[in-house]
Amino acid sequence: MSNYSGISNPTDVHRDHQVHETNGSGHRTMVLNMGPQHPSTHGVLRLLLELDGETIVKAAPDIGYLHTGIEKEFEVKTYQQGVTLTDRIDYLAPLSNNLVYCLAAEKLLGLEIPEHAQWTRVMLAEFTRLNSHLVWLATHAIDIGAMSVFLYCFREREEILRIFEMFSGQRMMTSYFRIGGLALPHPRGWQKRVKDFVDIFASRVDQYEELLTNNRIWTGRTKGIGYISLEDMLDLGVTGPMLRAAGLKVDARKDTPYSSYEKFDFEVPTRTENDVYARYLLRVEEMRQSHKIIKQALEGMPSGSHQADAPGIVLPDREKMKTQMESLIYHFKIVSEGFRVPEGEVYQAIESPRGEVGCYMVSDGTQKPYRVHWRGPSFGNLQSTSKLIEGTLIADVIAALGSMDFVLGDTDR
Amino acid sequence: MIPESLQGNPMVAALADLATFAKFEFNELTIETAPENIVEALRRVKQDLKFERLTSVTGVDRLPVEPRYEVVYHLQSVAGNSRLRLKTRASGTNPKVPTATLVYRSAEWYERETFDLFGINFTGHPDMRRIMMPDGWEGHPLRKDYPITGARY
Repeated sequence: MSNYSGISNPTDVHRDHQVHETNGSGHRTMVLNMGPQHPSTHGVLRLLLELDGETIVKAAPDIGYLHTGIEKEFEVKTYQQGVTLTDRIDYLAPLSNNLVYCLAAEKLLGLEIPEHAQWTRVMLAEFTRLNSHLVWLATHAIDIGAMSVFLYCFREREEILRIFEMFSGQRMMTSYFRIGGLALPHPRGWQKRVKDFVDIFASRVDQYEELLTNNRIWTGRTKGIGYISLEDMLDLGVTGPMLRAAGLKVDARKDTPYSSYEKFDFEVPTRTENDVYARYLLRVEEMRQSHKIIKQALEGMPSGSHQADAPGIVLPDREKMKTQMESLIYHFKIVSEGFRVPEGEVYQAIESPRGEVGCYMVSDGTQKPYRVHWRGPSFGNLQSTSKLIEGTLIADVIAALGSMDFVLGDTDR
Repeated sequence: MIPESLQGNPMVAALADLATFAKFEFNELTIETAPENIVEALRRVKQDLKFERLTSVTGVDRLPVEPRYEVVYHLQSVAGNSRLRLKTRASGTNPKVPTATLVYRSAEWYERETFDLFGINFTGHPDMRRIMMPDGWEGHPLRKDYPITGARY
């Protein structure tokens, strides 16, 4: 690519003229700045596209507009306080992020989580997947021009957010999973709410499919678009639905089960076409599988405590605090100082809606993490952007980017 | 220092001549090498041990210990369903580690991020510039001597 005069460094664009002439041929290319406020970048992704007519010769993503220094922030918060930061990393999958953070800390602490809490975590993590996939489908369809899908998807998403609110008191920044279990016991009447949702959801997925799967405009815009070879994806750090749409059956829920996923009966769907359409079909199938998991969790929810039996780590029962001195002391100590976590380092990976989210946690034996590194799936996936869109038409960039399903908060942290 | 319990481990055996330290804690294997051997270690891990994916590269600042920085590589083998952590160290005065981009292309952004936030240089990297912080930013925020508040902006 060295014969292009263009965009090895995005800052060049400000200095250069917008039109470049490649050496020799007399052929002219143009640099187009897409974003950071472009509506289809869903956040603040900036793309520098070097165009030859409508064909993309070179693409350079520029990220970092949403960098908030969350990894630094972890180092000055106690372990339990850190949970609230994880929501804000990927705001479409808050509970998946809560989960991976808690699992990493629990691994260091060697905590045993009661089954009741584990199953609740599975159920809500799958609700999160539905939530994220619904927002993805809605916005992806809007990008390509199908407005009505948005309204249908947000109808169900709203109900999911209400379920989140019922459990945690929050619609989006839930922080419902805590180190040692759950923040609160189950709310009264949750079964009916979840059951009502489970009863209708399968038919609702059919509705989305009726709108899109055989829609000629949709298939025309998505079939055969956004191809990238499996080898390239593995080499570039892509995870999640993109890999599965290329035929590789990789899913942390099956490969290295956590939080008792091994007790649930579900399939890991794969496709082989490896284009935008395949990624759409794959995510729709994932929604059906998540629905299946939620149904099993609802029907087989074990009874028991919502927190581990770990005094000194989980907050004592409110009633006990009024009658027992030790409980009151523990409560004061946990809230004011936090708890010490044994020295060591762990890497915990789970399957978030977007792919592998990994939490690398280093403890030096104090009450605050020494270092937390967040391996966000969007960061890895976005790295394949150039490979994915170079050589395609500019109109297909929107479809190809949408099929990646990235969240910029997760990319930039 | 490789503990005896790990001598028979195939991953440790494949890197036996490069490894300076190995441990198996929390069910996770960590192998440490000298910075000049890290690329060779990654190459063997990819070709001989079939770790197709480099999941992340990051740093840990161990101030005031010298060498101050740890550079941490997390790898995953999809075929073998296993994970591995490689580690190397860089000094505080002139932190430098050879780039892994020649072995795994995914290292490109992760190394840029580590450079941006820790100031560790990856020699031979094709595009070593900031990725998160604005161009022209002074300092590297994830260093332990970088303040959490009060930075100029």
